[in-house]
Amino acid sequence: MNLIKKLKNLFTFNPDVEGEIRYKILKRNLVAIMLTVTFTPLLIMAFINYIEFKKTMFKEIISPMHAIVAKAKHSMELFLAERLAILNFVSKAYSYEELSRPEKLIEVFSAMKSELRGFVDIGVIDHHGIQINYVGPYDLMRKDYSQQSWFQEVIIKGSYVSDVFMGYRKFPHMVIAVENSLKSGTSWILRATIDTDLLNSILQSMSLDQEGDAFLINKDGVLQTPSKYYGSVLNKIPFKIPPISYQPTVTEIEDNSGNVFFMTYVYLAHPNLILILSKPYHGVLRAWTALKSEILALFIGGTFLIIFVVIKVTDIFVTKLKESDEKREAAFRELQHHHKLSSLGRLAAGVAHEINNPLAIINEKAGLILDLLPNLPKHQYNNKLETLTKEIVKSVKRCKNITHRLLGFAKRIDVQLEKIDINDLIKEVLTFIEKEALYKNIDLQLDLDESVPTIISDRGQLQQVFLNILNNAFDAISEGGIVEIKSEHKDHNFIAVSIKDNGHGMDEETIKHIFEPFFTTKKIYGTGLGMPITYGIIKKLGGDIQVKSEVGKGTIFTVYIPIKSSTISQ
Amino acid sequence: MNKKIRLLLVDDEEEFVKTLAERLELRGFKTLIALNGGEALEILETEEVDIIILDLKMPGISGLDLLRTIRHEKNNIPVILLTGHGETKDGIQGMKLGAFEYLMKPIEIDMLLQKIGEAYEEKHL
Repeated sequence: MNLIKKLKNLFTFNPDVEGEIRYKILKRNLVAIMLTVTFTPLLIMAFINYIEFKKTMFKEIISPMHAIVAKAKHSMELFLAERLAILNFVSKAYSYEELSRPEKLIEVFSAMKSELRGFVDIGVIDHHGIQINYVGPYDLMRKDYSQQSWFQEVIIKGSYVSDVFMGYRKFPHMVIAVENSLKSGTSWILRATIDTDLLNSILQSMSLDQEGDAFLINKDGVLQTPSKYYGSVLNKIPFKIPPISYQPTVTEIEDNSGNVFFMTYVYLAHPNLILILSKPYHGVLRAWTALKSEILALFIGGTFLIIFVVIKVTDIFVTKLKESDEKREAAFRELQHHHKLSSLGRLAAGVAHEINNPLAIINEKAGLILDLLPNLPKHQYNNKLETLTKEIVKSVKRCKNITHRLLGFAKRIDVQLEKIDINDLIKEVLTFIEKEALYKNIDLQLDLDESVPTIISDRGQLQQVFLNILNNAFDAISEGGIVEIKSEHKDHNFIAVSIKDNGHGMDEETIKHIFEPFFTTKKIYGTGLGMPITYGIIKKLGGDIQVKSEVGKGTIFTVYIPIKSSTISQ
Repeated sequence: MNKKIRLLLVDDEEEFVKTLAERLELRGFKTLIALNGGEALEILETEEVDIIILDLKMPGISGLDLLRTIRHEKNNIPVILLTGHGETKDGIQGMKLGAFEYLMKPIEIDMLLQKIGEAYEEKHL
């Protein structure tokens, strides 16, 4: 149960957890999931590749060794077989008598030598083991072989191939011999010596690399050809002789000095020798080691790259998520705040409206008392009554200010956007105050730019703004003042309306505080809210308002209104 | 005033309108009272009225509706609007419909008297 919940949390990113820690957990989980998902197949692939590569590599190394050894075996066997065959042929083709003649043997031997290389000498041996004829570099005429083991062997087996040996010739060679019989049944033997240097050259011709070593040994582990690592002919090899196998076989050997070799060997059928091809293990595996380190480097590089990318991507993702969460929360809070204000505003408007009616009644009743008081007979309380009633009227006036403030507050909250021709709007506002202008003898001058574009804004609120500013202007000027209203198209984002009066103007201190709530210069009836409300509305509609004023000369209010108001509320 | 100015007060708030009427009578005006639009139209049919003082917010026929009806009948009697609601929009609409002035409740009697005087003057220019 717990595990399932944990797993679920891993993928739903812990909705129960709040705050900063949630994003840390989310990031950790994402990194863990992504790394698991990417590394598991990577590791499996790397492992499989490793195994497969290893297999292939060994095959690549072994099979050429196999092939070389098999080919060399064939060449060597052929080498001996050919020489044995020609010797056999000579013994059959020529009679014992013919071959006993020195000049004949010289002729035959030179023919043999011209046909096949490697023959050193040749001799004819009678059944007593005495060499009765000899052609070669040594003085072996009349040499007695009867006591030598090979003589017995060739008599019995019909042919003989010796091991390689130095003998008194002082170079590695081997002896081959074939037996033949006279008509009388007496055996005679044709014997030849072969320079085994030729075997060596066959080994040399096996395409060996620098580290490779190829040599022949006999059954006793004695070198028949020189070895790169184990010295010259007739040295004993420093390792165990491998078991009999007539197929090329691969094995690992360790010599007495502890060097490990990769060895391919084969037993030759004829001569009775073992062909060995060996390579140092480290050399064989160098390619594999290189490949292995390449794979490893690739793996490590890939690992770092993946970790880096995963962490970076997760970081970006989580940061974006966090930002958008925060934005959403902020928007939600703002909306909540707006709703709260909005309902508060509606409540305020309702209260203001409801209170206003009884207030009007109180006002009239008190007014009537004041009207009637002078008609009362003189009484000691008459004055007191008048004072009291005037207090009531004064209080009503205060209440009126309060309800108007509440209504103003309520009105500021909701913005309703519509298409507005600012010049029309100004004219509408003017209908509202032109009577007052007339009676105050104020000269209203209009300079409206007809090319001003239609704007999207809140009609009621803009009316309020201009009304407030115009009321202020009217208050500032005495009889016969001038108020100029000018509209213009500022740039492609804003239009501007400026209202200029030639009234008493304001000092710097007043200008500084003009948009602060409850700051008023109209000592008795000002609410101190007109300008702050105006400022608030304009800001809310995305515009701006500027004041320039000089004491005694007048004031200019310039209102900048965006052509398209956003609905951002405060 | 040589001749008594005849005022028609239209307001659903009876206590308010009666008291206001009494105060205006004390100041030498002749007042007629209507508690709704219907009554006002009836009075207008039978009586001669110089100035109408009209509340904008009334149940049934609203002040603006009544103003529209009066103007529709080509009746150019000056109308001073009253309302408890400080809606600039309603005020401006009333002015567009040809109201003479717009005052917010609670009103100051001196201000009302001044506006009545101005309206009467304008009518008799």
